[in-house]
Amino acid sequence: MVFPVIAVTLFGRVLPTWTLSLATIAASNGLVALGIVVLARTGNVSFGQGLFFAAGGYGVALIANNWGITDAAAQMLIGAACGGLLGLVIGPLIARYSGIFFGMLTLALSMVFYGALVKTTVLGGSDGFNVVRPSLFAISFVDPREADFMLYAVSVVTTGLAGIAATILFRSEFGLASLAVRENNLRVEYLGISANRIITINFVIAAVFAGASGAFALMAQRHIDPQFAYWTTSGEFVFIAVLAGYQSVSAVFVASLALELVRSFSNLYLPNTWQLVLGVFLLAVILFLPRGIGSLWIRQRRKSAGVSAETSAVEEGAPS
Amino acid sequence: MNPVLAVRGLEKRFGAVVAADALSIDIAAGQRVSLIGANGAGKTTFVNMVTGYLKPDRGSIALDGVHIGRRSPRSVARLGISRSFQVPQLFIELTAAENLAVAVSGMHATTLSLHSPAEAPGRRDKAIELLQRFGLANLADRPISELAGGVRKLIDIAMALVRRPKLLLLDEPTSGVSAEEKFATMDRVIHAVAPDAATIVFVEHDMEIVGRYADRVIAFYSGRILADGSPQDVLRDPEVRRYVTGGAR
Amino acid sequence: MYLFLTIVLDGLIEASWLFVVALGLTLVFGVLKILNIAHGSFYALGAYIAATAVTIAAAHSLPPALGFVAMLISVALIASIVGLLLERGLLKLFYGRDEVVLLLVTYAVFLILEDTTKLIWGVNPIYASQPYELFGNVEFAGLYYVGYDLLLIPAAAAIGLAVWFGLNRTVMGKIVLAVIHNEEMSVSMGVRVNRVYAGAFAFGVLLAALAGALTAPKISMQPGLSSDVIILSFAIVVIGGLGSVEGAAIGAVLVGLARATSVHLMPQAELFMIYLIMAAVLMFRPEGLFKRETARRI
Repeated sequence: MVFPVIAVTLFGRVLPTWTLSLATIAASNGLVALGIVVLARTGNVSFGQGLFFAAGGYGVALIANNWGITDAAAQMLIGAACGGLLGLVIGPLIARYSGIFFGMLTLALSMVFYGALVKTTVLGGSDGFNVVRPSLFAISFVDPREADFMLYAVSVVTTGLAGIAATILFRSEFGLASLAVRENNLRVEYLGISANRIITINFVIAAVFAGASGAFALMAQRHIDPQFAYWTTSGEFVFIAVLAGYQSVSAVFVASLALELVRSFSNLYLPNTWQLVLGVFLLAVILFLPRGIGSLWIRQRRKSAGVSAETSAVEEGAPS
Repeated sequence: MNPVLAVRGLEKRFGAVVAADALSIDIAAGQRVSLIGANGAGKTTFVNMVTGYLKPDRGSIALDGVHIGRRSPRSVARLGISRSFQVPQLFIELTAAENLAVAVSGMHATTLSLHSPAEAPGRRDKAIELLQRFGLANLADRPISELAGGVRKLIDIAMALVRRPKLLLLDEPTSGVSAEEKFATMDRVIHAVAPDAATIVFVEHDMEIVGRYADRVIAFYSGRILADGSPQDVLRDPEVRRYVTGGAR
Repeated sequence: MYLFLTIVLDGLIEASWLFVVALGLTLVFGVLKILNIAHGSFYALGAYIAATAVTIAAAHSLPPALGFVAMLISVALIASIVGLLLERGLLKLFYGRDEVVLLLVTYAVFLILEDTTKLIWGVNPIYASQPYELFGNVEFAGLYYVGYDLLLIPAAAAIGLAVWFGLNRTVMGKIVLAVIHNEEMSVSMGVRVNRVYAGAFAFGVLLAALAGALTAPKISMQPGLSSDVIILSFAIVVIGGLGSVEGAAIGAVLVGLARATSVHLMPQAELFMIYLIMAAVLMFRPEGLFKRETARRI
C-alpha cells in the first residue's frame, strides 16, 4: 500500500505546474472527505467539517505568524492537533445525536465558529489575513515550482498515509463495530459496547483529518479567512464523500480529483456554471450509483463471490 | 440459595396504562421460566426493565445481589444479562459471521482494537462455532438481508449467548415459526443455548411450547402476576384460563 | 426606551419575512420529511423574479402599485410551477431513501439553482426598490419608519393565520395534518399522498418565493443571497421544532429579535448569536422547543 503513495509522489516531478496545485488541493480536500467517510460508517454525516478545517487553518496561521513555525510538516501536525483537540471537546457532546439532528448540530457549530471569526477583528474579520510561504526541514523554497512540488509531496504523503490508516481501521474490530452502530446502535449497546464512544472516536479521527487538511489549504493559499468555516465549504466535503461512497478509500481520492478537474475545466470553459455541473453530477451519482463511485469496483468483487441481487429480493419478500 | 434475579415491587406506568404493578419475582439459578400473558399484559415491559431499556418508576431489580434498576442496557449486559428480541435486532447489511464477530469483540474488551482485523482467525472461529450450534454455519458469509426471518431469529439468540450470560431472556423465540417446525426450532434453541446459559426466561404465546419446555410459568395480566408455579398448576388455574389462555385448554 | 422600541420593531420586521420563509421550510419538512437546503434558493428566485417584474412594470410606466401587484402575482405563479415541476420531476425519484440522502438531493438542487440564477440575472447586484416608497414614511411613537417595512408585520401575520386556519379548519388542511402525523395511517385511510406531497412542496416554494418578493424592494439581489437565507431559516425551524407552524413563528421572532439586538448593540455578532441559540436548543431540546421525543419500540 505504501508503493502507490511513493509512486504518486514521485510522479509529481513530471507533472506540469497547474496540475501540481490542482492535485494538492484534491489530496487535501480528499483528506477531509475521508474523515467524513470514516464518520459516515457509523451512520452520521457531518455537515460542519469546515469547523475543524478552519480550526486547523487558523491554528497553524496564528502559530506561524506569532512564533514563526513555518515548517510544512510541523504545520500539518499542528493543524491535525488543533482539529483533533476541538473534536475531543465536541465529539462526546454530539455523539448521542443521530441522523438529521447530528447533521444540523455540526452545521450549527461550524456556523457559530464562522460567526465568531467574522466578528473577531484581531483575526482580520471577514477579510482574514496572510501567512508566509512554508519551508520544509529548514529548507526554504524560492523557486515557485519547487515550492509547489514540496507542498504537493507533503500533502500527498500525508493523505496517502491517512488512507492507509483508514484502510486498516475499516478492517479492524473497531471498524466493524462502527458499521454495526450505523445498522443498529441499540443492539450494539445490548452487546455491552458503547455506541457513543465509537461515534466519538470516529468523530475525533475525522476532526484530525480535517484539521490537517486546513493546514494544507492554508499553505497552498497562504491566506485564511472565515470562508474556511462557512457551510458551503463543508457542503463540498460532504459532496466528495457522497460521490466516493463509504466502501472504498481510494474512491475518496478519485472523487476529490474528479471534482477538482470538473471545477477547473468549467472555470476555464463555462464560467459561472461549475456549481450547476456539480449539482447535476451529484444527482446522477445519488440516482444511479447510490453507493458512490467506489461501488463500481467493490460491487464487482461481491458478484464474483456468487451473491446476486435477485436472491436477496426474493428472500426479503418471504414472510418472517 | 440466593436467586440470580431478584425483583421487588417493580412499578411502571405509561400515562394511564399500568404496565407493571408491584411485581416481585425471584428467579433461581438453573430455572427455565416462561412468561405468559395476553398482548399488553406487561411481559415485554418486564424484559425491557430488567435489561435496562426502560427505567422502572419504583421498585428494585438485583442481579446476583447487585442493583441494576438504574443501569443502562450496556452496563446490564456487561454484568451478565443478555436478551434476544421479538423482532431480531441485527446488523442487516453485515454477514452472519460479522454480526457474531461484533458480539465477540464486545465480549473481549471494553476498548476495541483500532488495528487488529475483526475477522482474525480466533474471533472468526468463535463466531462460526456459535453458528454451527444453531446449524447455520453454511450461512456464515451471507448478509443478514438475504436470510429468512426464522434464521434471523436464531442468529439474534446466538448473539445474546456470546457473553455467556448469568441470565438469558428470550422474547418470543418461536414467533413466526410454523406450527410443524416449532418444536424442532425450540429443541434446537434449548440445545444450542445449554453450554452458555443455564438460567433462561422466555416470553411465549404458544402453550404447547410452554408446557413442554418450561419448568416454571409466570402468568401476567395487566401488569400484575396472576399465577406463578409449575406449568401444570399455572396452565390449569381458572383465572389463567379465563384471562390468558382463553379457556382453550 | 427608544432603543428598546427600535430593537423590538426592527426585530419584528426582520421576523416577519423570516417567518414566511421558515413556514415554507417547516411545512415541507413536516409533510415530506425533507430538510430542504434549496429553500433559500427559492427565496432568492422570488426576489430576482420580483426585480424583473418591477423593472418591466416600470418600463411600461405602470403605476407602482399596479407594478407591485403584478410582481406578487408573477412570483406566485412561477414559484408554484417550479415547485410542482421539481417535486414531480425530481424529488419523487428519491422517495424512500434515507433522510440524509434527501438532504443531499436538495443540496444538489441548491447548487444548480445557484448557477441558474447567475446565468439569468448575472453576478452584479440588481435592485427593485420602486415599491419601497409605495407606503411613504410613518411616525411611530417618535420613531420614523418606512411604511413598507411596518406593513410587512401584518402581512406576515396574515399569511401565518391563513396557513394555520387552512391547516386546522379545512378538510384539505386536515388531510395534510394527517399525513404529517401518521403517513402510513393516512395512506390506509385513502389519502392520496402523492398529491399532498406535490401540493405541500409547491406551497413551500411559493412561501419562500413570496418572502423573497416581499423583501426584494428592501435589499440588493446578488449571489450568496440564498446561502445566507437558508442558514437563517434552518436556525428558525430547528429552534421551533421541525414541522411545527407555531415553532416557526416563535423561532422567527427569536431570531429576528436576536438579529436586531446584535445589530444595535453588538454589530456583526448576529450570526454568532443566532447559531449559539440554535446549538443550545439542539443540545437541550433536540426536537425543538415545541416537540416531544418518542421512544423506539423494540
